[in-house]
Amino acid sequence: MVTAQGALDVARLRADFPIFEQRFHGKSLCYLDSASSAQKPRQVLDAMTEFYETSYANVHRGVYELGERATEALEGAREKVREFVNASSEREIIFVRNTTEALNLVAYAFGLDNLGPGDLVIVTEGEHHSNFVPWQAIARRTGADFAVVPLDEWGELRLDALEAYEGRLVKVVAAGLVSNALGTVNDIPRLAEWAHAHGAICVVDAAQAAPHRPIDVQALGADFLAVSGHKMCGPSGIGFLWGRAEILRSMSPFLYGGHMIRHVGEHETTWGELPAKFEAGTSPVAEAVGLGAAVDYLSEIGFEAIEAHEHALLTYALEQLAEIPGVTLYGPPAERRAAIVSFNVATDSGREVHPHDVAQVLDLDAIAIRAGHHCCQPLMRKLGVLATNRASFYLYNERDEVDLLVESVRRAQETFK
Amino acid sequence: MSEFDEFYRENILDHYKNPHNYGLLSDPHAHAEGQNPLCGDEVAASIRFGPDGETIEEIGFAGRGCAISQAATSMMTDLVKGKTATEVAGLPKEELLGEVGIPLSPVRLKCALLGLGVVKVALNRAKGTPLPDEWQGLDIG
Repeated sequence: MVTAQGALDVARLRADFPIFEQRFHGKSLCYLDSASSAQKPRQVLDAMTEFYETSYANVHRGVYELGERATEALEGAREKVREFVNASSEREIIFVRNTTEALNLVAYAFGLDNLGPGDLVIVTEGEHHSNFVPWQAIARRTGADFAVVPLDEWGELRLDALEAYEGRLVKVVAAGLVSNALGTVNDIPRLAEWAHAHGAICVVDAAQAAPHRPIDVQALGADFLAVSGHKMCGPSGIGFLWGRAEILRSMSPFLYGGHMIRHVGEHETTWGELPAKFEAGTSPVAEAVGLGAAVDYLSEIGFEAIEAHEHALLTYALEQLAEIPGVTLYGPPAERRAAIVSFNVATDSGREVHPHDVAQVLDLDAIAIRAGHHCCQPLMRKLGVLATNRASFYLYNERDEVDLLVESVRRAQETFK
Repeated sequence: MSEFDEFYRENILDHYKNPHNYGLLSDPHAHAEGQNPLCGDEVAASIRFGPDGETIEEIGFAGRGCAISQAATSMMTDLVKGKTATEVAGLPKEELLGEVGIPLSPVRLKCALLGLGVVKVALNRAKGTPLPDEWQGLDIG
């Protein structure tokens, strides 16, 4: 998948993705919405099918061989994920549905027991709603205060603004590693250090980072990290939460039911060991197998080549879009961001073309982008817009697709002039 | 005609660029505002009735959003003018969609029907005309 020069062999790699065999509106699919959800390689689909055909049973229950095989598959996937993020123990990996569920788990299970009046929860202005709304809601419910760290004119976090919270009882600092709307990369090690110096935990949304760059929870220094499988070539319906074992052990469960118990008495129940304590009910086993296969797929290709490829596409896209009069680009320069491009389009007479209309014109050219507020309404308000267009790149995108995007954006301008 | 030209038919672009009945009325008899949280389309509509207190004599709207939402709202104002509140309350959405004249995905359907929903809410508030469930999902301010 990587050429002798260390570059991605994209043509070969695209052949792994059955979706690209289809045509839309008579054209090849130009999929520029991987930040929303990534396409799936055959390797992931085959691993899931094979598991269903040969090894499927419920896990952690049956004493029969098939049940053991299924359990091994689930735990094998957990070990792959552990290694993927460099966690010190597989007990710290909790399978959940997606990043949103992982963040809700922390907000509820940590927040309800640890927050109260006088405490402060801090999030950032650039957060996806999934790392904003749960904290806002739990803070309100517990009587804790809720603060939003502002972004600067580049859409980057103003770490200097943290000074305003000196002397406060900070309990939680929640931030994304990479912004889904702007591609901004936050300095999590510094934020985690600040959080710890103030007695707070640091909760990281890594949904936009994990598919594209190596994650090392030891180096990040945070306490929790949430990831969705579907954005990293894995199936939908599975993601994971990494959390420090000592904090997870101190927390109450999030969901109650089967598998998560140690002993159930008539009036009282004790909880199982990690990770079972946070995995009530039957696990998404085949999905975990698919996620494990996605980890293998990405690791085999290597993040160095993936990042370099995406960065080249990003740089080219920013250059090309900047040359179109009437296009407004948001976010920091290429060297300080991930491969996400948010932009708005106006005609040469200055008429704004609504992102939905841009996306509709692009769709007729079989180009898939996201148009909307990207689940980041506070950020949209900061930018002074209702919505933006967002093109995002992944390992299977090609340079030609940037040209198609640019051509189609010009067509949108022409249509609405 | 290509698929592309068909989608943004001249009709839609005309209404989008030169909307009919644009601008809110002063001293309206009925008024409502609505948003489509999916894409942030916004529409406000105000209505004045004729001497019978039933027939929509004047209607004005203001809004911002995608071409489909703004053009469909413009078409809707033409459609409801001269009809009674009861007639508009019972107006099937298909009638407006017929005017829009292009097949719409479920997402874009919400854009196209925002204006009509806002008017039905305004009439419901002012005249107590029925408001079926399907219109109550609108984020009405």
